[in-house]
Amino acid sequence: MKQISAPKKISRIKFGLISPREYRNMSVTRIITADTYDEDGFPIDMGLMDPRLGVIDPGLRCKTCNGRAGECPGHFGHIELVAPCVHVGFAKQIRNLLRSTCRSCSRLLLDAGRKKESIEQISARRSQGQTIDSAVDQVFGEASKVEVCPYCGEHQLKITYEKPTTYSEDGDKMLPSDIRNWFEHIPDEDLPVFGMDPDNARPEWMIMTVLPVPPVTVRPSITLQTGQRSEDDLTHKLVDIIRINQRFQENKEAGAPQLIIEDLWELLQYHVTTFMDNSVSGIPPARHRSGRPLKTLSQRLKGKEGRFRGSLSGKRVNFSGRTVISPDPNLSINEVGIPEAIAKELTLTFKVVPRNIEELREYVRRGPTNHPGANYVIRTDGHRLRISDTTCEEIAGMLEYGWFVDRHLKDGDIVLFNRQPSLHKMSIMAHEVKVMPGKTFRLNPAVCPPYNADFDGDEMNLHVQQNEEARAEAVILMRVQENILSPRFGGPIIGGIHDHITGMFLLTREKAIDKNSALDILRKSGVRDLPPPDHIEDGTSYWTGKQIFSQILPEGLNLEYKAEICEECAECKKENCPNDAYVVIKNGELLCGTIDEKSIGAFKGKVVNKIIREFGPAAGAAFIDTMTNLAIRGIMYHGFSFGIDDEDIPKEAVKQIQEINKDAMYGKDSIASLIDKYEHKELDTLPGRSTEETLELRIMQILGRVRDEAGDKAGLHLGIDNSAVAMAVSGARGSMLNLAQMAACVGQQSVRGARIQRGYSGRTLPHFKKGDRGAEAHGFVQASYKSGLSPVEYFFHAIGGREGLVDTAVRTSQSGYLQRRMVNALQDLEAQHDGTVRDTRGVVVQAKYGEDGVDPSRGFDRTHIQRIVKDVMEVPE
Amino acid sequence: MTVTADSIEKSVSTLSLPPKIKDTLREELLEVKPTRKQLDEIIDHVMSGYAAACIEPCDPVGVVAAQSIGEPGTQMTMRTFHYAGVAEINVTLGLPRLIEILDARKNPSTPVMTVYLKDGVSKKKAQGVAWAIQNTTIPDLGGIITDRANLRILIEVDEDTLYERDLTLSDIIEKLEAKLKIPIEVEGYTLKLSPKESNLGSLVQLGRNLKKVLIKGIEAIPRVVIQKEGPEYVLYTEGTALHEVFDIEGVDPARTTSNHPGEMCEVFGIEAARNSIIKEIMETLREQGLIVDVKHIMLAADMMTCDGEVKQIGRHGLSGEKASILARAAFEVTVNHLIDAGIRGDIDELSGVTENVIVGQPINLGTGDVHLVAKPPA
Repeated sequence: MKQISAPKKISRIKFGLISPREYRNMSVTRIITADTYDEDGFPIDMGLMDPRLGVIDPGLRCKTCNGRAGECPGHFGHIELVAPCVHVGFAKQIRNLLRSTCRSCSRLLLDAGRKKESIEQISARRSQGQTIDSAVDQVFGEASKVEVCPYCGEHQLKITYEKPTTYSEDGDKMLPSDIRNWFEHIPDEDLPVFGMDPDNARPEWMIMTVLPVPPVTVRPSITLQTGQRSEDDLTHKLVDIIRINQRFQENKEAGAPQLIIEDLWELLQYHVTTFMDNSVSGIPPARHRSGRPLKTLSQRLKGKEGRFRGSLSGKRVNFSGRTVISPDPNLSINEVGIPEAIAKELTLTFKVVPRNIEELREYVRRGPTNHPGANYVIRTDGHRLRISDTTCEEIAGMLEYGWFVDRHLKDGDIVLFNRQPSLHKMSIMAHEVKVMPGKTFRLNPAVCPPYNADFDGDEMNLHVQQNEEARAEAVILMRVQENILSPRFGGPIIGGIHDHITGMFLLTREKAIDKNSALDILRKSGVRDLPPPDHIEDGTSYWTGKQIFSQILPEGLNLEYKAEICEECAECKKENCPNDAYVVIKNGELLCGTIDEKSIGAFKGKVVNKIIREFGPAAGAAFIDTMTNLAIRGIMYHGFSFGIDDEDIPKEAVKQIQEINKDAMYGKDSIASLIDKYEHKELDTLPGRSTEETLELRIMQILGRVRDEAGDKAGLHLGIDNSAVAMAVSGARGSMLNLAQMAACVGQQSVRGARIQRGYSGRTLPHFKKGDRGAEAHGFVQASYKSGLSPVEYFFHAIGGREGLVDTAVRTSQSGYLQRRMVNALQDLEAQHDGTVRDTRGVVVQAKYGEDGVDPSRGFDRTHIQRIVKDVMEVPE
Repeated sequence: MTVTADSIEKSVSTLSLPPKIKDTLREELLEVKPTRKQLDEIIDHVMSGYAAACIEPCDPVGVVAAQSIGEPGTQMTMRTFHYAGVAEINVTLGLPRLIEILDARKNPSTPVMTVYLKDGVSKKKAQGVAWAIQNTTIPDLGGIITDRANLRILIEVDEDTLYERDLTLSDIIEKLEAKLKIPIEVEGYTLKLSPKESNLGSLVQLGRNLKKVLIKGIEAIPRVVIQKEGPEYVLYTEGTALHEVFDIEGVDPARTTSNHPGEMCEVFGIEAARNSIIKEIMETLREQGLIVDVKHIMLAADMMTCDGEVKQIGRHGLSGEKASILARAAFEVTVNHLIDAGIRGDIDELSGVTENVIVGQPINLGTGDVHLVAKPPA
């Protein structure tokens, strides 16, 4: 029997500096020539492309480890620098060390007592897991103020540092070699005071004498179509370093004057600096021949596309697909429609065992082009065979236990579905596959809200998990039905949208539906039997829409609440509501009230919420499926359209609206009179405001009222049988305000919450009088969208619209960054088995999650207790 | 055969439930008066219902909280200024306010205090306290005339304002003399000031300094609004200075608060700061019509305050002080973190999420935190 073994685990990573000796030890070759390839295109030995540094060309083998491209990780080489150079990253630390150690004996410029004290302080902070920055900074601060060394009595000179790598002592420039000498004498026992560990980081290692040459695998060259080789930026930089190094060497040996030596030294320092970081302030960035700044080591790590955020924290993956989405109301919310072409490309791997060999053989036999087929088999020796239409029969015959088969995606498989931006966990959910014709991913429109998707060209991603554990996790935790309740507010985030709501609204207000229609409406929901009819007229039976809706409610459901259409009357008449806005559901039967957004909508749906909490997520998903189907049948039965003539209002109403407008402009208590008062300084100012602000506020008030009144006037002529009104009051789409703007009056346009003031000096447009404070001059749009805007109104409307667009653009970037910071700060928190919340270090952040330990998506509050109490008390003794 | 209130109390108080749920249960039970059997059954059901509603161990509550606060952020408006409960005071709202709170800014853009009074019923007293809080400077009290010909400044103090603000002429003179260190001539309600050096420059300078002299009130508070709330008057201030306000007679320090969590921390301590953060975030979200469970905000606030000081969510706070080098490097300022770690010989214990993602290992959270121990076959 095979021994049980655990996969290898990295338990910790230690950081440190590498000593020159270690650099030489790990190097496979010293690099001495700046040339890369000879005339025949072979890499030159001891050049930058030395074959011992690793391989990148397929087919070749590494001269060091004999590995092929892809197997060989690459090996470091090294360059012996003729003169030491400062490593830019450590420039600040070098400055601090120079300032706080003695120039003669190199010891810390603090007495033994203080030294011991700060070592203790630092190790105490370390053991508590706190940052040691402040303690170390304090040491540097104190020591750099000391003028005479407490040990050897040497007078300390002033060290000045000039970015990026120049140090001077009382104005005399220090050579890196002198600094290195100085640092070599800093005793080991002084280093902990600077937060340094002498075993891992000797200060002299911060001045480089050997430069490691990264393996070729780190800086692969690419061959262009012309056959020319194009080298990586790092290689270019290394070439520069070697050239200067060589010149330096020659000059030094020839005994060149000090001035030339220093110049070359500086040049070498520049190249070494830009090799590490090409964005250091104070020096020009090294550029490519084309003028593009080179991407050197730091640039590879930094930023969104850098190694850390771009390649290590997030990766590109296989077994994924992306295409446009479109709606399909016939799918369950748990399903996703996948084009056959994609299903044939994405595969699942199964091991051949006696239980499934015949099934898998059939897939192999069907080959890669017939849909539920297979693309590859993997033999027990690990060899991968591609199945083609010609070889499929043969391979199917060869299939043995222990082989693996890469089978096409087929109906019922579990996949992950995702839409960016992935702002919350419901942005990635697990769906069941349904292979379909066509080229788009299909999803039930009821799952749009969690993804925040629409069908105006949105694309979504699909991921196929490759092992059983991952699939099991997805089914249990990530299925759509497990995510109907959002942990954000504890309510359903999946539910009816748009036409579902309108449909339900219309259906449940329907009074008489004959048998044929009733059965037709219910057919898609799988209901075949009708309850006793509501009433019989002229021998035909009629059912109400409420009865029909009740057919899809589970038995035992009890609810009572106010619907979305509720007008919040001072005194609620409950069951006798004139608007039929009081919903009562008893034992799965809708007794009164209209079903609208508050009942079945995403975010609000009370019925959905209740069903999931009491009957479980599966019942909830089934309800949403049948409900959406019923709603669509309902809206089809009723018939529903919206067009330009739905905004028509009678001529009298138009006149009345004009009257209202005129009155507000020039009548009593009008804008004209306000301005008049203001000009005569008779306007009473509001507390804490200037008269000008008061005037603006009052004018805005009046104009707001004009629009509201105009809207109300229009609303009088647009009843509940108007499509737009039905949509607005039921919460399906739009609002009464939108309707008022279309039919009656668009209203005041605003910039930053005030009337439009910008433009020419003293006026918004050149044809207005300077100082005109009237409504038209500052963006009041009296027209309705239907009647059409005048050019001036149109212009102001565009100003207001533009502000909205800018606002959205700015907001998305800001809130995206906020989200990233929030997740980064809180991601390590986890609820523990003992009910506490701790981070991964074990620090307790909350003694009990949310003070009561209750999951926000489940909730346990007064209503739950009341229900339990009621249930128990209702059972007779 | 109903159970007495006493025995309800007895059976409820011993339950291992959070106090709030216990209180609710007690209230409900007292109302329905169950029998012993019913009581036991109810308690049974409540206990199992509570257990089922509890958060599951290993749940990544932090990420859920972060997403629950961050996701509605996309739906918030950028409109900065609006009116709070008091029409006259502007406060930052929406996304900028949310960012401000989570950033733990030292100087929020619109600090506001809500000052409650010990005896808030009397309007007159409330007005008195308001004048003691709101800063009064010379421009508030009267006109300033610069007499260039005679190189002097005349202040014409308005008698009514003086009376209204409970000040006397000598108060002003005293304050001015102490601050400006020049003699002041008085002529009725007009004060005459001349600069030490008789030239135009110092006259202009004097005019400038004059306007800054605080005659009464707290410097940080330019405006106080009195609002009637229920039976009592409450003061809303623009700007905050809790310490100073508490020194004023008539202010009730037990109820007075500031909308600046940092200041709440300084004055009342860390728990107050935590509650202040929760309250401010909840209000910001509610004003925008967004519903977020308070538990998520509590978690964020607890995380910000769990070390005893208010820490920012971001580079200069929580994220910058993480134990893991890789996690810090993956967040912001990548290279510096790596270099510092090298100098110090730091060790990354790979306990957090980001670190393990980076090295390609399962994370210690959620299903990654469940371990099966296999017994090797004997």
